[in-house]
Amino acid sequence: MRLDLVPRDRRSPLAAALSPVLAFLTAVLIGGVAVAMLGVAPGAAFTVYFVAPLSELWSLQEIALKAAPLALIATGLAFCYRANLWNIGAEGQFVVGGLAGGWVAIATHGSAGFTAWILPAMLIAGTCAGIAYAMIPALLRVRLGVSEILTSLMLVYVAELLLDYMARGPLRDPAGFNFPQSVGFDEAARLPYLMEGDTLHAGVLVALVAVVLATLVLGRSLFGFATRVAGASPRAARFAGFSEERLTLAAFAISGGAAGLAGIAEVAGRIGQLQPTISPGYGFTAIIVAFLGRLSPLGILAAALVIAVTTIGGEAAQIDLRLPLDLTRAFQGLLLCLVLGADVLTRFKVRLVPGAAR
Amino acid sequence: MADGTGSGAAAVDPRPLFGAYGIVKRFGSFTANDRVDLEIRAGEIHALLGENGAGKSTLMKILYGLLEPTEGVVTHRGEAVRLRNPEAARRLGIGMVFQHFSLCENLTVAENIALVMERGLRRGTLAERIAALGATYGLHLEPDRPVWSLSAGERQRIEIVRCLLQEPKLLILDEPTSVLTPGEAELLFTVLERLRAEGRALLYISHRLEEVRRLCARATILRGGRVVGACDPRAESAASLAALMVGEQVREVAPGPTTSGGGERLRLEQLSLPAPGLHATGLRAITLGLRGGEILGIAGIAGNGQAELFAALSGEVPAPQAGAVRIDGTPAGHLGVNARRRLGAAFVPEERNGHAAAPGMSLSENVILSRHATAPLTRFGLVRRAAARALAGRVIEAFDVRKAGADPAAGTLSGGNLQKFVIGREIQAEPGILVVDQPTWGVDAAAAARIRQALLDLAARGSAILVISQDLDELFEVAGSIAVLHAGHLSPAVPRTGTTREAVGLLMGGAGGPPVAADAAASGRAVTRSEIAHAP
Repeated sequence: MRLDLVPRDRRSPLAAALSPVLAFLTAVLIGGVAVAMLGVAPGAAFTVYFVAPLSELWSLQEIALKAAPLALIATGLAFCYRANLWNIGAEGQFVVGGLAGGWVAIATHGSAGFTAWILPAMLIAGTCAGIAYAMIPALLRVRLGVSEILTSLMLVYVAELLLDYMARGPLRDPAGFNFPQSVGFDEAARLPYLMEGDTLHAGVLVALVAVVLATLVLGRSLFGFATRVAGASPRAARFAGFSEERLTLAAFAISGGAAGLAGIAEVAGRIGQLQPTISPGYGFTAIIVAFLGRLSPLGILAAALVIAVTTIGGEAAQIDLRLPLDLTRAFQGLLLCLVLGADVLTRFKVRLVPGAAR
Repeated sequence: MADGTGSGAAAVDPRPLFGAYGIVKRFGSFTANDRVDLEIRAGEIHALLGENGAGKSTLMKILYGLLEPTEGVVTHRGEAVRLRNPEAARRLGIGMVFQHFSLCENLTVAENIALVMERGLRRGTLAERIAALGATYGLHLEPDRPVWSLSAGERQRIEIVRCLLQEPKLLILDEPTSVLTPGEAELLFTVLERLRAEGRALLYISHRLEEVRRLCARATILRGGRVVGACDPRAESAASLAALMVGEQVREVAPGPTTSGGGERLRLEQLSLPAPGLHATGLRAITLGLRGGEILGIAGIAGNGQAELFAALSGEVPAPQAGAVRIDGTPAGHLGVNARRRLGAAFVPEERNGHAAAPGMSLSENVILSRHATAPLTRFGLVRRAAARALAGRVIEAFDVRKAGADPAAGTLSGGNLQKFVIGREIQAEPGILVVDQPTWGVDAAAAARIRQALLDLAARGSAILVISQDLDELFEVAGSIAVLHAGHLSPAVPRTGTTREAVGLLMGGAGGPPVAADAAASGRAVTRSEIAHAP
């Protein structure tokens, strides 16, 4: 007895659209069983995980604040992954972006007079730093044929340790009682709040703009076309005259820039200073988000919201129901597996073949 | 040996060795085989003919246990059998030589054979058996040679020996001569003839009707999944066989022009390129000139530099000197593929799926693929999708591309239709120079005739066309002159009327060329020379 995957003649668009929904429902069911086995009523857990976060203004803002960097980074990563380039180092590009932009804020700390240029300069510095950092694995791949998977991943730890050193050393607030953090940024170096007295800042808008732009570029532009061809049929891309080298550099620049921008938006928005750690792993979670959203910007936006909801819900469940935070991680992983599995099932039929395995 | 029937020993047994009756195979709503009947007797070479998509592969796979039929029964000496998997088929004595070899390049001949044998067979015994088979059938193999150093013909012998070691009663051969030189094909025919004379049955699938007429005493013809006829191929002409296959009289292609009026449009001057990889072939000082209205055919066995020559012509691999490639007089050796397209050149690679077209993308997107630099398909970096769809529509109409849906993915088209689309896409640009690699490889007769006619028409309008092909019939049909590529070296072009298939075949094997340089010998391509030495 063995299982065979038989390609379907036609891929139904309805099935393709419904498969992530079905995957989500299945994940909730399995999660419910796991919760019940931990001795908690699944209904109560469902409320805490998925209903409560969506029913209060503050938690809705939290969701948007969590989803924004994920969506921004994952949108950039979609360009790489569509082109079959494996940038695993968005976390490092995020950190370097935050560090470079934060440095601008610290260097201009306390300056008087015309200060409107500081915030744009920070955003540009963060984006450029992200791009430059992504260029290291990209150039190593293009020039020397080094696997970008390893280099981009390992550079994450370099970036994290660099930030750690800078926050404890050169950029530490001299009047901060030796706490490992920089000065608090000036008002001119902070992203403005969207609503008075709330936490929602303009970084959320940046993510939305990026999603719209990426939809246009990936779907409609010749560059987006080249990216998709390069990933799907590299020889056809060469035949089309699309330079593999240039596409590699561009895709890494886009993903690195997006991650760097997300990094500085996080620092200039929510945190407001440099600390030894500025990311709860956004750059890695964004990889899941990118694939949950099937590498399409709009899908990524939806996936980022789902992951944000489960994260916020998971924190609440930890407090209210004493459920471990790892359960949330497990749930997110389960969701990814199920979405990818459902994706396979929309393209293939499973057939049971009697007889011995080959 | 041209006589295919003989008086096989098993001809007295009224029950066929293998029979397939009422075979129906459905894939979803598509019926690949529709109540197909086939009887194979011991001691015959039975031809299975049909266009691409006629259901030959499906039927073969059912007989070899790779697919199970939806309905119908397979019999062995009159008794119904169930072929659940290839092991079951092999136990009944069915062997198969696939069109695409499944060999490990880095293992030796003996190791590749040992891979499929039952365990516990000692290597010494195996080498003896290989040698014994070689002596009996003329299947000479050196057991210790690594496969990567072998020619296609030698590789095929490994596949055949692998089958013969299992003592098959029925041997299925899928397009066995598609990769062989005429000399190698002759050797294969001798082997097949001996196997037949021993009383084995052979099921022979081929597009090459002349071979079928020579080898086979019976033929079953499939069209659209059904048996449309059975005949004695020797009593038919190639044209009448083709007509049975496609259900219509195949258009005769108007002969190609032998003289030209235009000036020189394409020139290669001492084009040399190193081999791009261990198993690839470098190009050695290739020089040729091509005028408007001319079609130059480049013959050669696969792996003698065709892919490398195509890449150098298309600009996918730029030449070291700009002057090595001239398009309408402009040095273009250093230019990329799109710059050459802007100079009026167009290219059709050998591989349809994944090189000439992206199979997962729609036809309109595949128009953008090769035409984005030369047709108004973009504005401000954005793709004009309506314009791409319109252009795809014009190609589809002009070349009668059959497809399902408005703008389907290229990979859903049949081979012939996708090839018509790919060729049509380039011809629609009215290129001054067209380079085509294997224009009708694996394409059915009707589509092949249409494609060849389109090439001739384009040349008549003043374009220069370079056709790289392994199919000599095709070259003699369309090309005005023919040159042979062997081990990266191109022989001087000779007019079609001044040469013969035999002369070209000898050149394809490396005879009559300049001394083969040491590097080519080391690359393993020069072994084709020894092939010819074995030839009768």
